[in-house]
Amino acid sequence: MIYIKLLLTFLKIGLFSFGGGYAMIPMIEKEIEGNGWLSASEFFDIVAIAEMTPGPIAVNSATFVGYKTAGFLGGLTATIGVVIPSLVLILIISRFFFKFQKHPLNTAVFYGVRPVIAGLIATAAIFVSETAIFKGKLTTNLILKLFRHPLDIINVGSIFIFAVSLIALRRTKLHPILVIALSGALGILIFYVL
Amino acid sequence: MDKRTNIKLLIDIFMTFFKIGSVTFGGGYAMIPIIEREVITNKGWVKNEEEIIDVFAVSESIPGAIAINSSTFVGYKIAGKYGAIAAMLGVVLPSFIIITLIAAFFSKFQDNEIVQAAFMGIRSAVVALILMAAIKVAKKAVKDKLSTIITLVTILLILILDIHAIFTVIGGALIGLIVYFAAPHKLEDIHEEGGNGN
Repeated sequence: MIYIKLLLTFLKIGLFSFGGGYAMIPMIEKEIEGNGWLSASEFFDIVAIAEMTPGPIAVNSATFVGYKTAGFLGGLTATIGVVIPSLVLILIISRFFFKFQKHPLNTAVFYGVRPVIAGLIATAAIFVSETAIFKGKLTTNLILKLFRHPLDIINVGSIFIFAVSLIALRRTKLHPILVIALSGALGILIFYVL
Repeated sequence: MDKRTNIKLLIDIFMTFFKIGSVTFGGGYAMIPIIEREVITNKGWVKNEEEIIDVFAVSESIPGAIAINSSTFVGYKIAGKYGAIAAMLGVVLPSFIIITLIAAFFSKFQDNEIVQAAFMGIRSAVVALILMAAIKVAKKAVKDKLSTIITLVTILLILILDIHAIFTVIGGALIGLIVYFAAPHKLEDIHEEGGNGN
């Protein structure tokens, strides 16, 4: 039955993908191909829609694939499948985690892990900037070009919005949600109206 | 906590994460500053910023969506098992509703020029949001030479060698353990500086 198949497939995706929603997309693509669920152009839509709508990328793509494959119930079963592994794992881990959070061994592990997390988040910012601010992947070639012909690879409107957002987040106590809404409005003004 | 405040708290957790899920673009990393803002500043559910950084660290190290993992985990911290379920349902439901509507009615909305222009703007703000999250975590995490090196090496390994994130996390944990057994005083110093204090 298609619903059980969707549930199990997304259960597998939720359980075996490390690194969050973006890392899930290639896995989802493989499953779609293997099962012949969607066409290539429909898959391309998923990535765009998952990025352009709020919420976790994983849930967005699971719901979309499920719905396109088997309607409302398909979307529901795929979504349940992708979140169940997270819920179960977190319930198991958190029981021990908060008990041992002050344990010296735990402090030691997190002494090493926290700087890694800072680095991971920084790279996530760089990856998003490759589609938002720079015109393409930041290869050595592109970085060299940055010094000679910066305007060729930097999107001026985007970097302006980036700077405004950064100042708003750092200097004012504006809620991040408001900053997102403002940047959307600025985007329409700069990229559509002007 | 009596039953009534308990249910009230669970509804409050659900609503807060519903709000977070409806407005966060860009996935789990972009959600970090918004969760922090709501849970620490607005609601006061979590007092210590460092506790929440460790929660994010675990959320990124286990399989699944980072947004779901961290919301569920923070929910657990606030109100146990039921808090975890309330937060997870809250953060998932807006996506589910929005995507179902889009899949059913306007499959081609992403081709609309105004939508694309708005999204170009939002993506730039998402870079700023994620960068802020990185700076915040770095302020708490990077305290000496070794931790600075760990951060920089992580960035280089992922950008240049395209190594999977999970290996950098395991590497960081191993370095932490090596320090613990080879130079335990180093960790004590950090502990005394308020590294894990309440």
